[in-house]
Amino acid sequence: MNIRIDGVEYPATKDRNLLETCLGLGLNLPYFCWHPAMGSVGACRQCAVLQYPDEEAEQAGRGKLVMACMTPVSDGARFSLETAQARRFRQGIIESLMINHPHDCPVCAEGGECHLQDMTVMVGHRDRRYRGRKRTFRNQYLGPLVHHEMNRCITCYRCTRFYRDYAGGTDLAAQGCHDHIFFGRHEDGVLESEFAGNLVEVCPTGVFTDKHLVHDYTRKWDLQSAPSVCAGCAVGCNTLPGERYGRLKRVHNRFNAEINGYFLCDRGRFGATWVNDERRLDYPGLRGEDGRYNAIDHHGALQRIVSSVERGAVAAVGSPRASVEANFLLRLLAGPARFCPGFSAVEQPLVGEALALLRASRATVPDIATMETADAILVLGEDVSNTAPRIALALRQGVRNRAYAMAAGLKLQDWQDAAIRNLAQDQRCPLFIAATAATRLDPVAARSLRLATPEIARLGLRVADALAGDNSNDYSHDNSHDNPDDHSVHREAAAIADGLRDAKRLLVVSGTGSGDIAVMQAAARVAEAFRDTGREAMLSLVVPEANSLGQALLCEGNGSPDLDALAASAEAGEIDTLLVLENDLYRRAATDQVDRLLANCQRVIALDQLDNPTTSASHLAVPAASVIESEGTLVSLEGRAQRCFPVFPPHAERHPAWVWLLATLKELGREAVSDWHHFDDVTRGCAAAIPALAGIAAAAPDHRFRNHGVRVPRQPPRYSGRTAMRANVSVHEPKQPEDEESPLAFSMEGLNRDQPAALLSYVWAPGWNSNQGLHRFQADVGGPLKGGPAGIRLLRANGGATPLPRHATAAFAVEADEVLLVPRYRIFGSEALSAISPGIRELVRPACIELCAADAERLGLADGDGVQVGDNAAALPLRIDDAMAPGCAGYTAGYRETAGLAPNTRQRLRRVAHFSPPGPTVIGSDRGGRHG
Amino acid sequence: MSELIPALSADELAAIDAEIAHAPYRDAVAVDALKIVQRHRGWVSDESLKAIARHLTMSADELEGVATFYNLIYRHPVGEKVILLCNSVSCWIKGCETLRARCREGLGIDYGQTTADKRYTLLPVTCLGACDKAPVLMLGDVLLENVNPAGLMATLGASGEEGT
Ligand code: SF4
Ligand code: SF4
Ligand code: FES
Ligand code: FES
Repeated sequence: MNIRIDGVEYPATKDRNLLETCLGLGLNLPYFCWHPAMGSVGACRQCAVLQYPDEEAEQAGRGKLVMACMTPVSDGARFSLETAQARRFRQGIIESLMINHPHDCPVCAEGGECHLQDMTVMVGHRDRRYRGRKRTFRNQYLGPLVHHEMNRCITCYRCTRFYRDYAGGTDLAAQGCHDHIFFGRHEDGVLESEFAGNLVEVCPTGVFTDKHLVHDYTRKWDLQSAPSVCAGCAVGCNTLPGERYGRLKRVHNRFNAEINGYFLCDRGRFGATWVNDERRLDYPGLRGEDGRYNAIDHHGALQRIVSSVERGAVAAVGSPRASVEANFLLRLLAGPARFCPGFSAVEQPLVGEALALLRASRATVPDIATMETADAILVLGEDVSNTAPRIALALRQGVRNRAYAMAAGLKLQDWQDAAIRNLAQDQRCPLFIAATAATRLDPVAARSLRLATPEIARLGLRVADALAGDNSNDYSHDNSHDNPDDHSVHREAAAIADGLRDAKRLLVVSGTGSGDIAVMQAAARVAEAFRDTGREAMLSLVVPEANSLGQALLCEGNGSPDLDALAASAEAGEIDTLLVLENDLYRRAATDQVDRLLANCQRVIALDQLDNPTTSASHLAVPAASVIESEGTLVSLEGRAQRCFPVFPPHAERHPAWVWLLATLKELGREAVSDWHHFDDVTRGCAAAIPALAGIAAAAPDHRFRNHGVRVPRQPPRYSGRTAMRANVSVHEPKQPEDEESPLAFSMEGLNRDQPAALLSYVWAPGWNSNQGLHRFQADVGGPLKGGPAGIRLLRANGGATPLPRHATAAFAVEADEVLLVPRYRIFGSEALSAISPGIRELVRPACIELCAADAERLGLADGDGVQVGDNAAALPLRIDDAMAPGCAGYTAGYRETAGLAPNTRQRLRRVAHFSPPGPTVIGSDRGGRHG
Repeated sequence: MSELIPALSADELAAIDAEIAHAPYRDAVAVDALKIVQRHRGWVSDESLKAIARHLTMSADELEGVATFYNLIYRHPVGEKVILLCNSVSCWIKGCETLRARCREGLGIDYGQTTADKRYTLLPVTCLGACDKAPVLMLGDVLLENVNPAGLMATLGASGEEGT
C-alpha cells in the first residue's frame, strides 16, 4: 500500500493512522493528544494536514484539513504536511495553546525535555501576540511523588486518559469547562493509583513532574543515564535512571515492547533513590573490641575476607535481589552445598516450585505484552497490584480485548480510542479473582472471591476438572459433601469454567504471594486443562524479587541448604565464616533465629549497600555498589535474563559485589577464575557452569562491542558544565572515568543510535528532546526497538515431560479461637529498599494484622488493639478490614516485624495489654504553603 | 470524616433513586442527582457532593468533573434568587451591559457576586433562546423579556415578592 505525502510516494501499512505513519517515515508532524499506547481521540487538533480527494485537487492545492491521528491511511491517499494552509493551522493551534501557557520554562522541571517546547519549535511559533491576562489555577498537593503545576496545562486530556481509562484510577478528573479546565483531584490528597507516576511522562508539559526531581533538580541534558532494570519486583521493567553529581535524580521508563512498554509502577519509578541514602556504606568497616566499626581500605578488607575464608569452614548466603554473577561467584567461593540462596525458609520451596511448574507446564509463559492479548483471565491467590504491579496494569488492558473484538466487528481500528470506549462501555473480557482479601483489580473483575488459601487451591482444581469435564475428584480429606462451603466453591468453580467457555486465550496468574504451593499447582492445572481443550493457555507465576528466578535457576535441583538448614549447621559449629551477600537476614527469619545463626558463626562478613541489622551484626561490613552503580544480570519472573549497566561509577570504596568476590577468589588462587578479568568473563563462566543459565551471556553485547566503531555514550550531546562540576574541589578537570566492563562510555562521546536495544542509554533525537522522541528508536511507531529485543528468555519448557503434581488439599476450617495467617503485600513497604526512598518513605504504613469484623468479634478483638501472633515476639496493631476473607488474618508481609510469621498456618491471636501503636507516618511534609 | 457529610434527606434519596430506576448505571444519573440536591439545598457543597458520589458509587473526583462542567450547578452558595443575565449577541446589541450596570448600582453586585442580604446572585448566561425579546434575563425560574433598565430594580423587587 502506498500513500502520497507532499508529492512523494511512501509505503504505508493498513490499520495505522496517518500520524503514526508520518512519524514512522521520519516526518516531523506535531501532535499532543495521541499516544502510542493509548491511541487517538483527536482532541488537540495539532496534527492537522491537508487531504486531497484526487490528483486534480492535489495539483490545484484544493484539499480539506484533517487530523492525521484520526485519519486511517488507504492506498493512493494524498496528503500534504507542508502546504501553507496546514502549516498556518498548526501554528494557530500552538499559538492558542500558548495564550494561557506561562512563560516559565526556565523554572519548569519539564524544560529541556518538554514535548510542548519541541512542538512549538517545530511549528515555528515564536512571537507572542496575546497581551491579556493568563488564566491561573491553585495547584494541589497530590502526595509525595507527583508535583502539580496546573497553569502549564494545554488541555490535551492525556493525563485523565492514562489515569482513568488506561490505569483505572478514579481520583483524577477533568474539572470545569471552557477556558478553565482543571486536571486534578476533588481535593488535595495523595493520588491513589499505583501508576500515578506515569503522569510525569504522559503529560506533554510540566503540569505533572517528578517531585523528587523538582526538589533536587537537573535538566535532562545534564543527566547521565544508562540502561538499567528495575529491582523493585520480579517483573523486570526496563528503566533509565538519571544521575548528576553522584546522585540518582530520577528514573524514567526505558521502552521494552515485550515488558513494560511505556509505563512503570510507582515502586519502580520512585523506589530507587534509596541509593542516595546517607546510610549507604562507603568504606569497609571492621568491628573493633568496643563494637564500633573502623574504616579500612579495600586492600585491608580483601585480606580479611581471604584470611577468614582460608581459616576455616565457610558458608554463604546469597540474595534473590543480587545479580546472577555475584551469586554465582559467592556460590563458587562457598561451594554449592554451603551456599544458601538467601530466600526465607518458607519462600525457598515456593520459588523452586514456581520454576518447576513453569518448566513442567505446557502453557505459554507470557511476557507482559503477551498477557495483554488474553481474552480471559484467572488470578489465583496473587495480589499482583502489590507484588508485581506492572502485571496488574497489563490485566487491565487484557480485559479490554472484548472492546477491541466489538470494534473489529464494526471495522473500527484499534487506535480509535474514544469510539471503542464508547462502544464497549463497561463490557470486558472475564477476569476472575480468588484472593484472601479485596484487590485493586476487583472493580474490573467479572467475579472476585474472598477465600482462605486452601479454598483458593481447591477452587483452582475444581475449575481444572470442570474444564476437563471431570466431576469425580474430591480434593478434600474430609467428606466435603457435607460441607456447605465446599458446595459454594464447587458452584463458583462451575461458574468460572462456564465463563471460560467462549475464551480462546486464557491467562492464569498465580505465584508465591499466597505462600502456598498448592495454589500455584492448581493454577498450573487450570492452564493445562484449558490447553487440553485445544485452546491457548498462558501461565504466569509471580516470584518475589528481581532475581528470585535467577537464584532458583542457579540452585536448581542441587538441594541448596535453606536458612533453617544453615542455622542448624551453624548450631552444630560447622560454620566458621559466614558470608552474607546483599541480604538483610532479619527480613528473612525471626529476629531471635537470625541472632542465633549469626552468633553461632565465628565471623560474619556482610557485603551490602546499606547499614542494616545484618551488617550491624557483622564483623566485617563491606560496601557494595547498588544495582544503579554496577553491572549485573537479573532474571525476571518470565525467565528473561536482562543486563543492567552502571549509570555512574560508584563512590569511595563501594565496588560491585562481583568485583569483591572475583578479587577474593583470585587471591585465594582458585583455578577456575584465573583467566577471568572482566564482568563478561564471570557471565560467560556462569553460563558455562550452569546449563540453565547458559543464555545469560547473550542478554547484552559484551564490553568489546562497538557501535559503528565507537562506544555508546551515557551523557547526551548537550551535557554541560563538565569542566566546572568539580570546581569547588579542584579547578583541574579529572579525566572521565573509563568503563572497562561495558561498551558504554561515561561521557558524551560516541553514538547513541542504531545500537542493540540493551544499550539504549537515553532517548534523544534532533528536534525531539522529550521522551516522545522514542519513535525515532522504534522500528515501527509504538512497536519494538530498532535494536531488537533486550534480554533473552532462558526458560525452556520440558513440554509436559514431568506431569503436573496433583495434591489433595484439606477443606478449610479453623477452630473457634484460631485464624489462618495469610500474607498481605504492599507496593510501598513490602520491598525493603524502595521503602526507604524519599517520597515512598512517606507512604509506607506500619505492619499490621487485618481481620474482618466478624472474626474480630469472634475473637474479642477491636480495631487498634495490639495483637501477638502465636509466639512471635512483636506485637502488631490490629486493623478491622471487611475486605478480608472470613477466618483469615492478614499480616503485612516483607516487614522485619513479620519476618518470623509462617503463611497459611493456624494461629491464635493474643491481645497485648498496654499497646501503643506505632506512630502515624507523616504524610505531606511539603503540604501547606508549598504549592508552587 | 463521615460526620462532616450530612446525609442526603429521605426526599432527596427518593428522587435520586427514582432516576436510578430507569438508568443503565447508577452514575448515569449524576447530573439529575446534582440537580435534585441543588433544588433542595440551593447549591452543592463539598459534603453534599461526596454524599451524592457515595450514593452513586462513583468517586467524588469524577462527580466533581460533572458538577463543575455545568455552570448551572452551583458549587458555591448562591442567593435566594439567581439572576441569569444573558450577555450573548442579541442581548449585547440590545444593551445587556446597561442591565449589568444597573445591578451593580442597584444591588451592589457584579457577575459571580451575591448581595450581602443573600437575596440575589448575578451570573452571566449565554443565550436564553429568546433573542427576539432581547435583552432578557432569568430571575429564578422566571424568564423576563424586553427588560427595561430603568424599571429593572422595580421588576426584581416585584417579582421577588411574587416569588416561587
Ligand atoms: S495536565 Fe498535562 S496531560 Fe493533562 S491535559 Fe494538561 S497538558 Fe495534557
Ligand atoms: S512492576 Fe516491578 S519491575 Fe516494574 S516498575 Fe514496578 S516494581 Fe519495578
Ligand atoms: S494528536 Fe491529532 S488531534 Fe491531537
Ligand atoms: S442572545 Fe440573549 S437570548 Fe439569545
